Amino acid sequence: MNKYTERLYNGLIKENPTTVMLLGMCPTLATTTSLINGIGMGLCTLVVLVLSNIVISLLRKIIPDEVRIPAFIVVIASLVTIVQFLMEGYFPDLSQSLGVYIPLIVVNCIILGRAEAYASKHSVGLSAFDGIGMGLGFTIALGILGGVRELFGNGTIAGMQIMPKGYVPISIFVLQPGAFFVLAALIALVTYIMSKREQKKREKAAAEAKTKKPVKAKAKPQVQTASCAPSDCAGCAARGGCGVQIFAETARAGLRDNASKQIVNGGEPA
Amino acid sequence: MNNKIHISSSPHIRSKITTSKLMYLVIIALLPTTIFGIYNFGPRSLIVLLSSIVSCVLTEFIYQKAMHKPVLVKDGSAALTGLLLGLNLPANAPWWIGVLGGVFAILVVKQVFGGLGQNFMNPALGARCFLLISFTSIMTNFPQIGSSSATPLAALKAGEAINTKDMLLGFTSGTIGETSVIAILIGAIILLWFEVIDIVIPGIYILTFVIFIAIFGGHGLDPMFITAHLCGGGLMLGAWFMATDYVTSPITPKGRIIYGVLLGVLTGLFRIFGSSAEGVSYAIIISNVFVPLIEKYTMPRAFGPKKGGAKS
Repeated sequence: MNKYTERLYNGLIKENPTTVMLLGMCPTLATTTSLINGIGMGLCTLVVLVLSNIVISLLRKIIPDEVRIPAFIVVIASLVTIVQFLMEGYFPDLSQSLGVYIPLIVVNCIILGRAEAYASKHSVGLSAFDGIGMGLGFTIALGILGGVRELFGNGTIAGMQIMPKGYVPISIFVLQPGAFFVLAALIALVTYIMSKREQKKREKAAAEAKTKKPVKAKAKPQVQTASCAPSDCAGCAARGGCGVQIFAETARAGLRDNASKQIVNGGEPA
Repeated sequence: MNNKIHISSSPHIRSKITTSKLMYLVIIALLPTTIFGIYNFGPRSLIVLLSSIVSCVLTEFIYQKAMHKPVLVKDGSAALTGLLLGLNLPANAPWWIGVLGGVFAILVVKQVFGGLGQNFMNPALGARCFLLISFTSIMTNFPQIGSSSATPLAALKAGEAINTKDMLLGFTSGTIGETSVIAILIGAIILLWFEVIDIVIPGIYILTFVIFIAIFGGHGLDPMFITAHLCGGGLMLGAWFMATDYVTSPITPKGRIIYGVLLGVLTGLFRIFGSSAEGVSYAIIISNVFVPLIEKYTMPRAFGPKKGGAKS
């Protein structure tokens, strides 16, 4: 995995802003009443995030450290204003339903967080990919939330009737409590899958170590440790090749105490 | 030395009452209410009750099996939750309302937080509120009893005439279990007799509520108005059977009083100033959420350590 795809993987899965870092909870909970709203919000944030990462990465050597937060906010706010006007002009319906949450992207902690933690320290290309990864991770999580809530709370997905005619919508799903229920379920599911994968990886590594261990153990000579006296060197498997030679010599020089510490720390087979 | 010295950690004195005995005792105490409800609303109420009980028990069983936990369905707590939930539903609700409510009560309110003893609010009431928010029209569509399908509280709020004698006996509209005050009080006496509950929480709750109604109700001490509010809606069922739930009520003596006052004030607020006629379920689950805080500030001081000296 090269560093660019690593950035994408990091944003989408490993440090997903919604399910792992729990950033930007306000738009996550408030705007995901339908699939379109969720994805719309996610894409707005994605655009602002990528552009702000690029601009801040370009300016990272110019912005003085003391005023970096106000500087970041000015950059982000300008970009959000552009996005807001574009939304109002080209997607008036979506802009209407997202309402105040579009201008509130300015204070979305994912954007300021990535500016502070990543873009202000890394090159333009990497920062852009970081923004794409994080933004896509956010968009996908919001899309899933919006889709599930719309499906159960309204019986539709993206406005199309999915549930059979007799289905009575569970309207709590499109209300505020439903956002918490679905988000909790999503986080639990992602955490479960991640921990299963982690466990499998660890088991695999442990199994590999087990098969390799005997070979390693054979190759390593049996070394006597700090307790050995200089005269033991001849009988030892390492025959002085393990650093005990030093031990023997220094012992002869009368520095036994000092050296024995060295042996304890460095001479033992791991 | 002989081997008769048995060393174990506390508690050393054990009561013969077990969790399941308590649960079944409460279920028995609910029987008069249940039987009256079925008599009052007809056999369709039986379907609602059975659907919620079966759903609760099955959900608990499946969850505990799936999570490789000990299966504790036999302790009766899930069946009790199901029964309480069913008693809080209107008799003409479709069967899937009971099923959905049961799944929500056991899965979301109880098991996800750690099962019996760990739930942060009363599962039956949590599920009722979930259903009430989700399916408002179904949950407030009560069958017609006598001449009116409006609940006595709704009629009272609308300024219509009400018959307090019918309300006392239970020949009114409402959820399956809430109509008959007499049947609920028989159950409450059973619970008090066997010392399953003590009178502090329901007593303080009802007393505070009466005071609140008298001050803010706009009718002063009009006995008809106060009786109607006491007998109407879920106050009695909630006060005796749900506010007293061990898991979600405070254990400290002072805390129980505060909890009762909170319940009374909230119920009064919802009924007098709220837009809907009833507020007992919301009052109880909101108070449930406050229980850890109440317990934290009313913890009795240990005997011995100086005031402020002991820090645990």
